[in-house]
Amino acid sequence: MVSRRSIVGTIVAALIATAIGIVLSYVIHWFPVQASTQAHNTDTFYHVLVIASVPIFVLVVTVILYSVWKFRMKPGEELKDGPPIHGNTRLEVIWTAIPAIILLGLVSYSFVVLKENEKKPVGPEMVVNVTGQQFAWSYEYPRSVTGGAPLKTTQLYVPNNESVRFEIRSLDVIHAFWIPAFRLQIDAVPGITTSYRATPDRLGAYPVVCNLLCGVGHGLMRSTVHVVRPSAFHTWLQSQSRISAGASTGQAGAPASAS
Amino acid sequence: MVAKLRAPGLYRAFFAFLVGIAFAAGLTWLVRMTTGHATYHHFLSEEPVMAVSLITAPLFFLVGLGGFDYWFYWASGRPTRPEDHSSHGARSWKDYFRINTDHKVIGIQYTVTAFFFLFVGGLMAMLMRIQLAQPGAEFVSANTYNGLFSVHASLLIFLFVIPVFAGLANYVLPLMIGAPDMAFPRLNALSYWLLPLAGLMMLLSFAAPGGAFADGWTAYAPLSIDAPIGQDFFSVGVQLAGASSIMTALNFLVTIITMRAPGMSFFRMPLLVWANFATSLLVVIATPFIAASQFFVLLDRGLGFNFFDAGKGGDVLMYQHVFWFYSHPAVYIMMLPGFGIISEIIAVKARKPIFGYRMMAFSLLAIVGLGFTVWAHHMFTSGMASWIRIPMAITTCIIAVPTGIKIFSWLATLWRGILHLDTPMLFALGFLATFTLGGISGVMLAMVVFDIHVSASYFIVAHIHYVLFGGSLMTIFAGVYYWFPKMTGRMYDERLGKWHFWSTFIFFNLTFGPMHILGLQGMPRRVPTYAAKFADLNLFISIASFALGATTLIFLYNMVTSWRGGPRAPANPWRGLTIEWQVSSPPPVFNFDRIPTVVGSPYEYGVPGAVHGTFAPAPVPATVGGAAGGSGVVHRHTE
Repeated sequence: MVSRRSIVGTIVAALIATAIGIVLSYVIHWFPVQASTQAHNTDTFYHVLVIASVPIFVLVVTVILYSVWKFRMKPGEELKDGPPIHGNTRLEVIWTAIPAIILLGLVSYSFVVLKENEKKPVGPEMVVNVTGQQFAWSYEYPRSVTGGAPLKTTQLYVPNNESVRFEIRSLDVIHAFWIPAFRLQIDAVPGITTSYRATPDRLGAYPVVCNLLCGVGHGLMRSTVHVVRPSAFHTWLQSQSRISAGASTGQAGAPASAS
Repeated sequence: MVAKLRAPGLYRAFFAFLVGIAFAAGLTWLVRMTTGHATYHHFLSEEPVMAVSLITAPLFFLVGLGGFDYWFYWASGRPTRPEDHSSHGARSWKDYFRINTDHKVIGIQYTVTAFFFLFVGGLMAMLMRIQLAQPGAEFVSANTYNGLFSVHASLLIFLFVIPVFAGLANYVLPLMIGAPDMAFPRLNALSYWLLPLAGLMMLLSFAAPGGAFADGWTAYAPLSIDAPIGQDFFSVGVQLAGASSIMTALNFLVTIITMRAPGMSFFRMPLLVWANFATSLLVVIATPFIAASQFFVLLDRGLGFNFFDAGKGGDVLMYQHVFWFYSHPAVYIMMLPGFGIISEIIAVKARKPIFGYRMMAFSLLAIVGLGFTVWAHHMFTSGMASWIRIPMAITTCIIAVPTGIKIFSWLATLWRGILHLDTPMLFALGFLATFTLGGISGVMLAMVVFDIHVSASYFIVAHIHYVLFGGSLMTIFAGVYYWFPKMTGRMYDERLGKWHFWSTFIFFNLTFGPMHILGLQGMPRRVPTYAAKFADLNLFISIASFALGATTLIFLYNMVTSWRGGPRAPANPWRGLTIEWQVSSPPPVFNFDRIPTVVGSPYEYGVPGAVHGTFAPAPVPATVGGAAGGSGVVHRHTE
């Protein structure tokens, strides 16, 4: 029943299926746009995971389908039993050792990428204080960024190609500060300050999403991060400082422009 | 009426329930009157009475039902009454609605009750998918939506998956080990009755002021601390379910350790017994931790404690550590019995011994041990100390190894067998494929750098449903079909069974497959609406999910009509070797006229004349030091 031809044919089919799976993994639009250096690293790593997973899944399904094809009970075999095979030590050692090695390799590689994503940059790093509350995000650019009074705002602007460290707090319950285009998130926890750093590397506006259930408004707790040129960022900062300075001295008609 | 009130049963239980509420009111009034003059204008108000009733009313109900009668009588010191087995066995449908000490009755009570909650929880999922079919839909309010997914998960975890495995094992396990019943039949009966109370409590939360508990089944503090009273329905209800689970697990452990038939060493136990042994270890060690987490929440809510108030020295993350210390082992509690079921089915349907039996048993034990070392992989983005992520990621990877061993061993069992591709086998094979996918996404999630992106997104929703639906539920269906003839004495309709399998398999993958992409693309979970770019996929998923919901009706129809009027089942329709197939379908009320003797492995298919358990009297050893001269019993060297 188990002929060499059928085995070879099945292996060929499995290899073709694996190839198709790997090609598909390049065609499928898995991720949103990559807007940070961390996003590139994470996406590449994910791709390695998918490529490692395809052969494993193909192997399992191939054995199932081959067995269903070749070992199905035929008429007349209703009372027949299969051979009393209890095990095969060598095979069992192999299918214990190889997955362990693959997992060890993947997890080690994952720590390398994690370290790369989280390491302190050589260049300048800007701090932005993020505050989550039911149901909105607000931001504060500290003195170190504004050069003057800290700037409180509900808009998030960051300069391109410069590392920014978000220092995240919550005023009430746990939220999560997720920027999918950066591939980064961390919870905002009342009582502690959490943080992560990102190096945006693509101009544009990207969604900021609260990603931990925080109450009835959780689904609507969204914001936007604008990645702009450093010069545009400084311009924006100055215009915001002027607006808040104007507001605090009570000047009427201060334009509330937000570009 | 007085006679009905004096006899244990549902009638008396109902009145006791009302007394329990009155007791709660009295207790609240008393405590406030003696201590709270400064704080309270009214000594009797709705919410505290409701909250205390959640604890007292179910307990009074169980007393009224008669669940504690024997022990109260014994504690009172009066002379022992000889056991007349009047509460044992079922001769009519009414016997299923009272305290019954027969493990077979309890097993069916558990299974039917659990399936009721599968349908209720599944219906909630349908309502959620109606809301999610379009962005910005207003089918339900945001608060109701939050209640729906919270109750959906809680019911399916605590009132379906965990108890249905307990129920199937309750029925099958004593038969399989050659025991006349479980070690503690009265405890067994009590453990069942906690469940309808827990489930009803969770469902009733929808009627509570402020709505159902709406903070997820995970109920993170501090959101759950300030939530309306519906939250208490979860915090108390889950403890009733947890108590039930612990009682059953204790029962299984003692039964398996002390009541195996003569000759059944540990390595002659069927893998279903090993699986339930492993699961029971998980349950008794881990479940107290979810009770603890909810005690903290109840104390913060009800008595103004500050466990989770950061401003008063509380530690918000501590809730998550305690909660997940149970809830990670919980997912193995929800899977390991299913592994045992698959081992039984594949061996019988492939007509081959389980490949690598010893490693299968050791893998179960490895998963138990390792299962306690991975909990913080649910907290990679929680803001906990970042060094913890490293060991937790490593242990999570390690636990994939014994799981992989099991998948490969089942595949090797299929190899060169004679495959009977009927409904239980189809569900087992489908399980192998979909659980492998769920395991693969799980390994991806073990990688911290990837989890940082997709944690709490729809990728997680996809993963959990691949392992809980494509994993656990497929094994549950497989087990129900497989043991249906034994439990009901009738055969189910095989054609309908196949329809059920194929439609479930197809629509399951269409529903949950695309969710991986939604998560990667940036859609959070637990939201009643979403950004417009996710609309097409969500609509597709919703339609697929309605079809998936409809497939369960095929199952329901098959079960009901076959149970009522299907063809009579023989004792051993599948020609299995394990002991439950050596008695009639259904079994006699006390299982065995004579306890069997186990003389060989449970999986010796392909060995002519192999016997696992025999009812012949055990042979007396012929002569000391002489050659063995056995009577008709075949002794096989096993393993």
